[in-house]
Amino acid sequence: MNQPASAYFIEERHDPNETHTLSVLVQNEPGVLARVIGLFSGRGYNIESLTVSETEAQKHLSRITIVTTGTPMVIEQIKHQLDRMIPVYRVVDMTLTKRSIERELAMVKVRGQGEHRVEALRLADAFRARVIDATTESFVFEITGNTDKINQFIDLMRPLGLVEVSRTGVAAIGRGPEGM
Amino acid sequence: MSDKSHDPNQMTGAAMIVRALIDHGVTDIFGYPGGAVLPIYDEIFQQSEVQHILVRHEQGAGHAAEGYARSTGKPGVALVTSGPGATNMVTPLTDALMDSIPLVCISGQVPTHLIGNDAFQECDTVGITRPCTKHNWLVRDVNDLAKVLHEAFYVATSGRPGPVLVDVPKDVQFATGTYHPPRKSDVHRSYAPRLKGDASQIRKAVSLLASAKRPVIYSGGGVINSGPEATRLLRELVEVTGFPITSTLMGLGAYPASGKNWLGMLGMHGTYEANMTMHDCDVMLCVGARFDDRITGRVDAFSPGSKKIHIDIDPSSINKNIRVDVPIIGDCGNVLGDILQVFKAEAKKPDIKSWWQQIAQWRARNSLYYKKSNDVILPQHAIQSLFEATRGKDTYITTEVGQHQMWAAQFYGFEEPHRWMTSGGLGTMGYGLPAAVGVQVAHPDSLVIDIAGDASVQMTMQEMSTAVQYELPIKIFILNNQYMGMVRQWQQLLHGNRLSHSYSEALPDFVKLADAYGCVGLQVHKPADLDGAIHEMISVKRPVLFDCRVAALENCFPMIPSGKAHNEMLLPEQANDEATARAFAGGKALV
Repeated sequence: MNQPASAYFIEERHDPNETHTLSVLVQNEPGVLARVIGLFSGRGYNIESLTVSETEAQKHLSRITIVTTGTPMVIEQIKHQLDRMIPVYRVVDMTLTKRSIERELAMVKVRGQGEHRVEALRLADAFRARVIDATTESFVFEITGNTDKINQFIDLMRPLGLVEVSRTGVAAIGRGPEGM
Repeated sequence: MSDKSHDPNQMTGAAMIVRALIDHGVTDIFGYPGGAVLPIYDEIFQQSEVQHILVRHEQGAGHAAEGYARSTGKPGVALVTSGPGATNMVTPLTDALMDSIPLVCISGQVPTHLIGNDAFQECDTVGITRPCTKHNWLVRDVNDLAKVLHEAFYVATSGRPGPVLVDVPKDVQFATGTYHPPRKSDVHRSYAPRLKGDASQIRKAVSLLASAKRPVIYSGGGVINSGPEATRLLRELVEVTGFPITSTLMGLGAYPASGKNWLGMLGMHGTYEANMTMHDCDVMLCVGARFDDRITGRVDAFSPGSKKIHIDIDPSSINKNIRVDVPIIGDCGNVLGDILQVFKAEAKKPDIKSWWQQIAQWRARNSLYYKKSNDVILPQHAIQSLFEATRGKDTYITTEVGQHQMWAAQFYGFEEPHRWMTSGGLGTMGYGLPAAVGVQVAHPDSLVIDIAGDASVQMTMQEMSTAVQYELPIKIFILNNQYMGMVRQWQQLLHGNRLSHSYSEALPDFVKLADAYGCVGLQVHKPADLDGAIHEMISVKRPVLFDCRVAALENCFPMIPSGKAHNEMLLPEQANDEATARAFAGGKALV
């Protein structure tokens, strides 16, 4: 293939993409989330999901869980780029440790009557979703699980009158006695 | 209350800023006043330890601070006001980030109660500069100011150096609080750059080096940033191993250009021998360089048969563009010291005689050849004449960006580090003139020359006024071909010779311009007059604009065309129309 007339070498990359979950321990200070997000947008990395909250108030530590996709080389770059930011303490690739638990919470609003309503309740029960709000024509279910499970539940609710969904994004933690 | 008034550490935020500068050994800063920094300027007025250089545009302050930093190894400091003052700093901050230059920028901000109000001269400075600084801070409480200032200096100068910015609202400058001198606890606990290389990786590196048949050392700006010890160790390593060495644009001077193992610069406009050595080597030692796209050319054909060792203080430089076999994270000086120690104890100089014979054949191609003329000055010849005239003098060179920059890198021989200030990563036209101002402030008695192009130099020409005001005898050596030469070169090679907007229709008369600024203007057209004019430029103890009229259509070779590998360089003698058309993929007919 002819290169276009460019000062840059334009290369097509064919490495397969992988999905990784990264846990990032940061100093909770103004702008820290903007730094992390800016890194992803500025360098063209993907964010599939992002969850952040202060986890140790006394030490001003927040934990950011990022689900990202990229080639193995890009994933390695992302980790190094995150790690060199001044307020970042540690970056752990939860996918590489193979010993992590991932959970996401979703609230799913379904509107319907008659057979649809009964079916929604039955499925919710099978998925261990809880009813946290109900009217005569609607439910709000709360469901916790990994991303696939929640996707599956939402797909099943769609024909039964799905109205809207609010999801937290993935939170992850390692198994066993050690912290990150 | 009365106790506090006698406490010498009780002071206004503005006074803290000046005190912190003094505590960090800052003697010169570059800046431009404005509403949001007036309290700081008031403090500057009332002291004499920190000299303030008034520039004509904030971008000039940033590049001057970069030149100052790059020529001294100390951090450069710039002081600018809020809003446009801060946005004008974006280019120098980005430039310093790309080239790892320690820069501390202090910017004024509107008072805290007006932040977010679209106040006069307000902008989201920390938001705008977040991606172009190593770190930045908005200080909302005067009692945090000392800590932040000390941390800013530490972050700028430690690890991989870079620019930082401290944004200080005007009410914080006025408020009184407690200052403290620099202390360890001022720094984020999460920031701890790694300096020492891993011992087992160093052993692996040494065993690769010891068994190399076709080795090369490829060094970069990291060696210079690491300090004089790294330069000394690099030279010793070359001596002990007998290996050939090449360098990036940023690394010139770490190994002397007169050294016998020197191959010249590598990369897009590097020498044939440097690029061929890189391509055919079996062991590559990369020290403080980052496999930039202007170095590697086509990445899938970059030095295909070699084992690669990469020393870098920044883990994100490792495996970014090129996969390496032995990464060593650490400070160049530190790691080079360890490598040398192990090498001297356990290895002996490998026999690479046949490799040097091969290199001699590549050298014989004379890839920097150009045809001199008696009628018109060739730009390469102008740089060579400048080099000869300044050889042995205490000289610092800055450049703008373009053909003249590449010719300067090719034809000016640097013997020592910190003597070459150029915008490598960002490629900022307009860098060289204000950078020369900064270098001259740091080295008042040295010869400081900006090798410039007629297009670049007009981007920051206003700083001549700064040079005149502070009696800084900088020499602006303009290779004037009336074109944006590098743009035109690409248009000739890749865009069917359609010279779209790369010709300056209305250049100023640089001699008259020099006169208007109150400095010295010189102009030369004929090769025979060149040496005399250069000597005149050097002997004048005032700022000089030197208008060197050179061959208008000369292009910069050798060159690796885009999408090509190191061993597919275009050499000057091949750079006729037909060969050029063939070399460039997509080969459009050249006129």
